[in-house]
Amino acid sequence: MAPHPASENSGIWKLIFGRLDWSALPLHEPIVVGTFAMVALGGLAVFGLITRYRLWGYLWTEWFTTVDHKRIGIMYMILGLVMFVRGFADAVMMRIQQAMAFNGSEGYLNAHHYDQIFTAHGVIMIFFVAMPMITGIMNYIVPLQIGARDVSFPFLNNFSFWMTTSGAVIVMMSLFVGEFARSGWLAYPPLTGIAYSPGVGVDYYIWALQIAGVGTLLSGVNLIATIVKMRAPGMTMMKLPIFVWTSLLANVLIVAAFPVLTAVLALLSLDRYVGTAFFTNDFGGNPMMYVNLIWIWGHPEVYILILPLFGVFSEVVSTFCSKRLFGYSSMVYATVVIAILSYLVWLHHFFTMGSGASVNSFFGITTMVISIPTGAKLFNWLFTMYRGRIRFELPMMWTVAFMLTFTIGGMTGVLLAVPPADFVLHNSLFLIAHFHNVIIGGVLFGMFAAINYWWPKAFGFKLDRTWGVRSFWLWVVGFWFAFMPLYILGLMGVTRRLRVFDDPSLQIWFIIAAFGAFLIACGIACMFIQFGVSIWKRNELRDTTGDPWNGRTLEWSTSSPPPDYNFAFTPVIHDNDAWADMKKRGYQRPTGGFEPIHMPSNTGTGIILAGLATAFGVAMIWYIWWLAGLSFFGLLAVAIGHTFNYKRDFHIPRDVVERTEGERTRLLAAQG
Amino acid sequence: MATASPIDPAFLDQDGNPLFHLDHEPHHPEGSSTALGFWIYLMSDCLIFACLFATYGVLGGNYAAGPGPRDLFDLPLVALNTAMLLFSSITYGFAMLAMEKNRAGATQGWLAITGLFGLAFLSIELYEFSHLIHEGATPMRSGFLSAFFTLVGTHGLHVTFGCIWLVTLMVQIARKGLIPANQRRLMCLSMFWHFLDVVWIGVFTFVYLMGMLR
Amino acid sequence: MSIRERPYYAGRMTARPSAFNGAFLRRIAPLLLLTLGGCDWVVLSPAGDVAMQQRDLILIATLLMLLIIIPVIAMTIWFAWRYREKAQAADYDPDWDHSTSLELMIWSAPLLIIIALGAVTWTSTHLLDPYRPIERIDSGRKVEPAARRLQVEVVALDWKWLFIYPELGIATVNELAAPVDQPIEFKITSASLMNSFFVPALAGQIYAMPGMQTVLHAVANKPGNFEGFSANYTGTGFSHMRFRFHAMDQAGFDRWVAQVKASGAKLDRATYVALEQPSEKVPPMYFGGVEPRLFHAALNMCVQPGKRCMDEIMMTDARGGAGKESARDVAGLRHDGTIDVGGFHPVEPGKKGEIAQPAGMTPAAERTPAEQGHQAPGHQQDADGHAGHSGHGGM
Repeated sequence: MAPHPASENSGIWKLIFGRLDWSALPLHEPIVVGTFAMVALGGLAVFGLITRYRLWGYLWTEWFTTVDHKRIGIMYMILGLVMFVRGFADAVMMRIQQAMAFNGSEGYLNAHHYDQIFTAHGVIMIFFVAMPMITGIMNYIVPLQIGARDVSFPFLNNFSFWMTTSGAVIVMMSLFVGEFARSGWLAYPPLTGIAYSPGVGVDYYIWALQIAGVGTLLSGVNLIATIVKMRAPGMTMMKLPIFVWTSLLANVLIVAAFPVLTAVLALLSLDRYVGTAFFTNDFGGNPMMYVNLIWIWGHPEVYILILPLFGVFSEVVSTFCSKRLFGYSSMVYATVVIAILSYLVWLHHFFTMGSGASVNSFFGITTMVISIPTGAKLFNWLFTMYRGRIRFELPMMWTVAFMLTFTIGGMTGVLLAVPPADFVLHNSLFLIAHFHNVIIGGVLFGMFAAINYWWPKAFGFKLDRTWGVRSFWLWVVGFWFAFMPLYILGLMGVTRRLRVFDDPSLQIWFIIAAFGAFLIACGIACMFIQFGVSIWKRNELRDTTGDPWNGRTLEWSTSSPPPDYNFAFTPVIHDNDAWADMKKRGYQRPTGGFEPIHMPSNTGTGIILAGLATAFGVAMIWYIWWLAGLSFFGLLAVAIGHTFNYKRDFHIPRDVVERTEGERTRLLAAQG
Repeated sequence: MATASPIDPAFLDQDGNPLFHLDHEPHHPEGSSTALGFWIYLMSDCLIFACLFATYGVLGGNYAAGPGPRDLFDLPLVALNTAMLLFSSITYGFAMLAMEKNRAGATQGWLAITGLFGLAFLSIELYEFSHLIHEGATPMRSGFLSAFFTLVGTHGLHVTFGCIWLVTLMVQIARKGLIPANQRRLMCLSMFWHFLDVVWIGVFTFVYLMGMLR
Repeated sequence: MSIRERPYYAGRMTARPSAFNGAFLRRIAPLLLLTLGGCDWVVLSPAGDVAMQQRDLILIATLLMLLIIIPVIAMTIWFAWRYREKAQAADYDPDWDHSTSLELMIWSAPLLIIIALGAVTWTSTHLLDPYRPIERIDSGRKVEPAARRLQVEVVALDWKWLFIYPELGIATVNELAAPVDQPIEFKITSASLMNSFFVPALAGQIYAMPGMQTVLHAVANKPGNFEGFSANYTGTGFSHMRFRFHAMDQAGFDRWVAQVKASGAKLDRATYVALEQPSEKVPPMYFGGVEPRLFHAALNMCVQPGKRCMDEIMMTDARGGAGKESARDVAGLRHDGTIDVGGFHPVEPGKKGEIAQPAGMTPAAERTPAEQGHQAPGHQQDADGHAGHSGHGGM
């Protein structure tokens, strides 16, 4: 490409703006310009409305600076949903491109654009949709289920959320300023080395993940400490709700896996910024080391995503079958075994890289072994349904859909774990179909079950059933339409990440897949309509009992939404279905004798630190060294300054507790 | 066929009925999770070092037709450096002992000595690095040197942040004395400092000593 | 747009599955194929024995797993129906949460399946190891111990495939041919990026990696014209990094070799360096002569004059390096090239703002979208491949 006019500029421009100049704006991409216009208009509208209704103060004091695990949980969910729309838009664009680009047609996306889209789709869906959503659900539910008032480190919780958001902001920024990586979601070198990707794309990738990774790691530390230290009296480890168990193990995996990602991305950045020889072809670098390291993080990562949802399914099945969970301890052990084994299988992602037969068989067999505890879990859900009394509310519908879908995904996964079979299926659309089968069928269906299940807890009213059912069927049917063709295409030897095709007989399958994506789009629309309709009709859907599903765990014992302090008195646990047990033994809710409650206070430090981290990331991406230095020292100064604040808590006065609880007493009495 | 599990007698009221809540707030000592949380963080940091060690293990022999460890390492200097860090750990231990006895002045003194040892360690390391770079053995020269500089440099960076933290804590002790919050922080930094010591022993053994044998 | 105006799938149509391995498979195969409804499912109806055995393995593994998957799915549906609230099943028991015998069953059933599958995996992974010379031509015929294997050296370039036949002294780009029933030994590497060499009809894939050599043993059993491609994403030109694999009878192959030989072009180092430059949609090219040990140089990243070969460097490293003075001696070591993007990244002296080495890399990745995909096919056949190459990297 011809030198950019700006780069002709004297040193002063470079000094101030680094390599950022007008050519970074993708004005030659009408699609991006259109998107930008829409996002800008939407953003301005939101901004205007917030200003018009003078909500900035409210948002700042009640939400942005909050350390309340419930509000942070909700903010995580909103972040996840917003990014989900972006990630899904990428998916639709890919489906349309692949359905079009036949018979000499190049489709409507050039390689520069298309390659960014599939990279962004993967990165966003994993790091900025699935991760925020599971973190959000865990944040909201775990303290409630263990009878705690908040997490162990409330400030860190707020900070973690904003760091995740900072990563998301950086990814979104790459859409309009510069470019995103064109490398696939794991950014294998040498393609991502400075020699082959000198642009800003890979740097956007690196800094978005590094900054969000800090948040993820800290929230992992936080939730482990919470679960280990903050359980209500009587709640021994073997009386933990299954969701808390699976969350605990997911967070252990986070703490044990994310440092590897941090390290490997740091090494890649050294290669790119300093010119070291870690993953280069020359000077003794070794690109295969990157592939090993990234998958040592990457494989546990998929279990980080799925484990909490296994917990959700356990809670949902037991609640809606009105029955104790079958095989509690075998469920716990199965989860532990899955967590441990997830570290012994990473090589199955590259059987085809020339490892010896014994190494390949070892990793293939350990991978298959994971299906044993996973199968045991599935049977446990099945036998929870057996002799139950199943209420097919939305969460249960999603759970049954999950059981049917995930089984197939699991089967194709084991198939891919057979090394010689993988030699013909590796990197094919069969693989794509497989992991969407388990991630959509497991993580996403689980997330929808969780949202429908816990929404009434978070907001005090149920979600509308009609629109929920529509969304459910569109999703389930759309999923099969979208991914069955990909299984078939994989068996036809079609590989992933292709932009154009020349075998016209393949086109029909891509068109079917695109139709599936259209159905899913309708399903997503129905989901948002469901949220809207439910908010609109919230008084009809209102639940004043705090226990709309006849739940079994502690979160259902308090009001919906729970008060800031969660529980007026610290609960005492005697059984792993604590709330079901309390109901059975005729528990009487206390209506007097309240005491002031000790709580952490809000702080703006988290959002300030994350803001500085964003500035640092952007400065590093664009080589704006002065800003990088400034924001780095700013980070340091603010962090140190924060440690000089020793007054981080307050007491909710007795009369406030009395008033809140009195209101609930009144509502419950009105219920009869 | 579990129905209700038997109840722990500690959670029965006077009449033998199960308790479902505590009448009074349990006393959660301030910051009771901090030690655990910090320990978990340290383990995650340990994994970063594990990755860097593994990287060094893989790339350590890739000299790219350049100099190897035997050509470059100055073992007596590194031994001196190791001594600095080990001494700093001992003096940090004395600081903690003084803290236990609630002697703020002695604590501050030992912390200052620890910090000086830390700075000495960093100075020697920087001298070593600049010497290597001066000779052309830069991090860019070979996979071995990339891995070497990154592993040792990451450790040095940790010591740097440890020193900044140490100074911060000294100011805080000067202002507030050995209040429980500060004691907790001293304990965290203590774990951090000793952790870096342990990592350094690994670096000294695997990088320097075994490098000379290579 | 495409490499040649020829219906590619025609080759697939000729490749109907006929030889199934094992009596059981033979019995169920027609049924399976009926449901699959066609013959262009190349992974399930390949034309080479290795791919055929891999296909069989897929079927065996699937059947083994269906033993447990089908009951689970059936039970899910049945329980969901039988125990729905409306049915008011009489055996509802809210406290029933444990049964030792059931627990034993649910752990041991998957365990048994996995033991069986694990055994199949262990043996098949060893038997179908791509590094292992094949021992049979197909289910009925063994390879003679003394039989010669056709040697093919494969280099993945950006974005085309180079095939060298060292014994025949010929080379081709984006066109591969071999006689039917002739064991082939591929030695595979890449010039710059991580590719994966894959001819689905012939055998499973194996990565092609710079500075490293992988091996694949295979045999084609049916004549035909099959598709081959890179199965690992490598940037802009990846979609078009395809080639044709022709399996032909011995006479046809000989004619093909003669045809390649008839081409006057010779693949020497200079031609290779030109060919290495990124290019897209490259039509097949024939070279009637090949410089000896060119593959060795490509593998060791030292085709360009003045480059030091990897094997040489590794020998030096194995002897403990080249001494203190070698620290500044970096001549001939750089392969990937550097580009000054205004960062801290060191650039070779005197090369500021330019690519330090014309070693087949950056520029194509950095072409503006307008330039992409519109490069004239075959432009790299020019003697100096640097034409489309200047003026890049001006950022």
